[in-house]
Amino acid sequence: MAKVEDTQRSALERENPDDLRHYYYQMLLLRRFEERTSEMYVKAKIGGYCHLNLGEEATIVGLMAALTPDDYIFTNYREHGYIIARGVPPGPVMAELFGKETGVSGGRGGSMHLFDAKTHFMGGYAIVGGQVPLAVGAAYALKYQGKPGVVVAQMGDGTTNIGAFYESLNLAKLWNLPVLFFIVNNGYGMGTSVEMGSSEPDLWKKGASFRIHGERIDGTDVLAVRDACRRLRARAEQEGEPAILDVVSFRFRGHSVIDADRYRDPEFVRSGREKHDPVRNFAALLHDHDIVDDDWLKAMTDRVEKEVQEAIDFANASPDPRFEDMYVNMYATPVPNIPGPEDAIREVKINRGEL
Amino acid sequence: MPVITYRQALNDTLGEELARDPNVLLMGEEIGVFQGSYRITEGLLQEFGPKRVVDTPIAEEGFVGLAVGAAMLGLRPVVEIMTINFILVAIDQVVNHASKIHYMFGGQVRVPLVIRTPSGGTGQLAATHSQSFENWFAYCPGLKVVAPSTPYDAKGLLRAAIRDDDPVMFIESLALYDTKGEVPEDDDYTVPIGVAEVKRQGTDVTVVSYSRMTAVAMQVAQRLEGEGISVEVVDLRSLRPLDRPTIIASVKKTNRAVVIAEDWYSYGVTAEIAATIQDEAFDYLDAPVRRVAGLEVPLPYAKELSAASKPSANSLIYAIRKVLEGKKK
Repeated sequence: MAKVEDTQRSALERENPDDLRHYYYQMLLLRRFEERTSEMYVKAKIGGYCHLNLGEEATIVGLMAALTPDDYIFTNYREHGYIIARGVPPGPVMAELFGKETGVSGGRGGSMHLFDAKTHFMGGYAIVGGQVPLAVGAAYALKYQGKPGVVVAQMGDGTTNIGAFYESLNLAKLWNLPVLFFIVNNGYGMGTSVEMGSSEPDLWKKGASFRIHGERIDGTDVLAVRDACRRLRARAEQEGEPAILDVVSFRFRGHSVIDADRYRDPEFVRSGREKHDPVRNFAALLHDHDIVDDDWLKAMTDRVEKEVQEAIDFANASPDPRFEDMYVNMYATPVPNIPGPEDAIREVKINRGEL
Repeated sequence: MPVITYRQALNDTLGEELARDPNVLLMGEEIGVFQGSYRITEGLLQEFGPKRVVDTPIAEEGFVGLAVGAAMLGLRPVVEIMTINFILVAIDQVVNHASKIHYMFGGQVRVPLVIRTPSGGTGQLAATHSQSFENWFAYCPGLKVVAPSTPYDAKGLLRAAIRDDDPVMFIESLALYDTKGEVPEDDDYTVPIGVAEVKRQGTDVTVVSYSRMTAVAMQVAQRLEGEGISVEVVDLRSLRPLDRPTIIASVKKTNRAVVIAEDWYSYGVTAEIAATIQDEAFDYLDAPVRRVAGLEVPLPYAKELSAASKPSANSLIYAIRKVLEGKKK
């Protein structure tokens, strides 16, 4: 045991303590954001489906720490944490969940369709696997235009069973594209375990017949995720070598907020949360190594609490999208013979019994 | 004005757009080394090289999705799908992704993508290779769907589609590739998306059509002129947006309408047009609108059955005579 401790200590000593504290801050922010999101969902402030990143904080923060501003990210629908860790303030993210005009997608997307062009967060996608060919296409564009950067195709474990995934692997390697296939392996696709759905449950091996390198990574260890992403990112950018990252974490709750999680043994879930809580474990690690103290941890908790509350306040105070803007952004290039604001207003009035 | 084929008009336009804009690239199965299954891309690989003319593996979902993602970062891919039947394996990328991305993400990103593909049946290609699915895409807000009937429109609409910042489904027809028409040289014209055209003026009946069925309608109009029947032919050119005002103006003038399309009768394009006329020109109609469409079978292979399953000039003439019954000369 002492040896492991020493190794960890020396590894931590090589780190910039400000970076470590920042990772902790980000992970705590995502944790609290999602806890309050769940609460807002129950209060019916948020509609539709709502999937939380609880338990995946180290996976997300580790990935984002490895990326540069040149990089692009495409994710699935469990993506609140990704857009925040990429640098978008929690306010517009919460406003999107509330369906407000100030939301990151103007209230047109919702929880599963967050987007931010400025930070190259290229969207949450709610059709399983749909984002994977898109990400390969973005990598294609980077290569075509000779631009720096890589593209991350984030997905869940269940996505590795869909055809689009395999077509994407083939194209990525065939054309040597700078793309990372980032599999968030939390053991379950909704209620289907990895073993129930994949003839090869070692997901990192799924690139083998495409000659794509794969690795399994502890997704509850923020530094392990960051280091693996950095290494494979550099390889992708410099050599055009795509890679599969099989990042294993523990899903704290059901598939979505409304999922009662009846297919998992409650004892398994309880002990999993106990053992694999990346936020608490990282706090303990930093505390044990005198990188943070109790006062600092308390101050962080207060800061995050305040920031998330401000995000909720911002969302609450934000205006709803206007009915007359129903058809805005229907097309990027103007075209005749499409409905306009007057049509929207008229239809809405009829719909609401006002005409 | 030079007379060229529909195929040549497409081939010329692709070459000119590749030369004009370095972000334009072509992708598809067999479009380069093989020179195109229907020779639409003939010679372009030799002229522009493999970076601009990209042969893909047989992976429609993969490369259509790739093209959508590349378009989001500023490329302008023009994808060829060998026939519209094969796009069904990529339909998620078109309907759930390309058509939604601009609107759903609050207008932050554009998808300047063109998907070219021939639709409809010809030459005994049988059930899985003779279908018309443009109505499926025309159903979907966020897409633009065009279907030119002449070499002139093919050129003008393809230019417009490639220069447009939205995803455009560009519907061609195998049976039109060898048809000829006048196309001006050294004229950078475009044909506007979303605008129909009255291809022939008439006074007795309006025939609403697009793509190959416009060609059929033009022949029929010519033939019936000898019998003293004056047919006005509306070529939709775009299925989405649909130019309803042009259809309605024509029906208000002729007071009678026949709608013809190659797709199946139920839930097809003809149903949409007939409903539009009922909605907006009911009081102007002197006879019920008649629809001419494909028979509702998986298209049989046998030559005579196959031909009888698709609308013909004769089926259009029959419908025109029906709507003109009782009309005072």
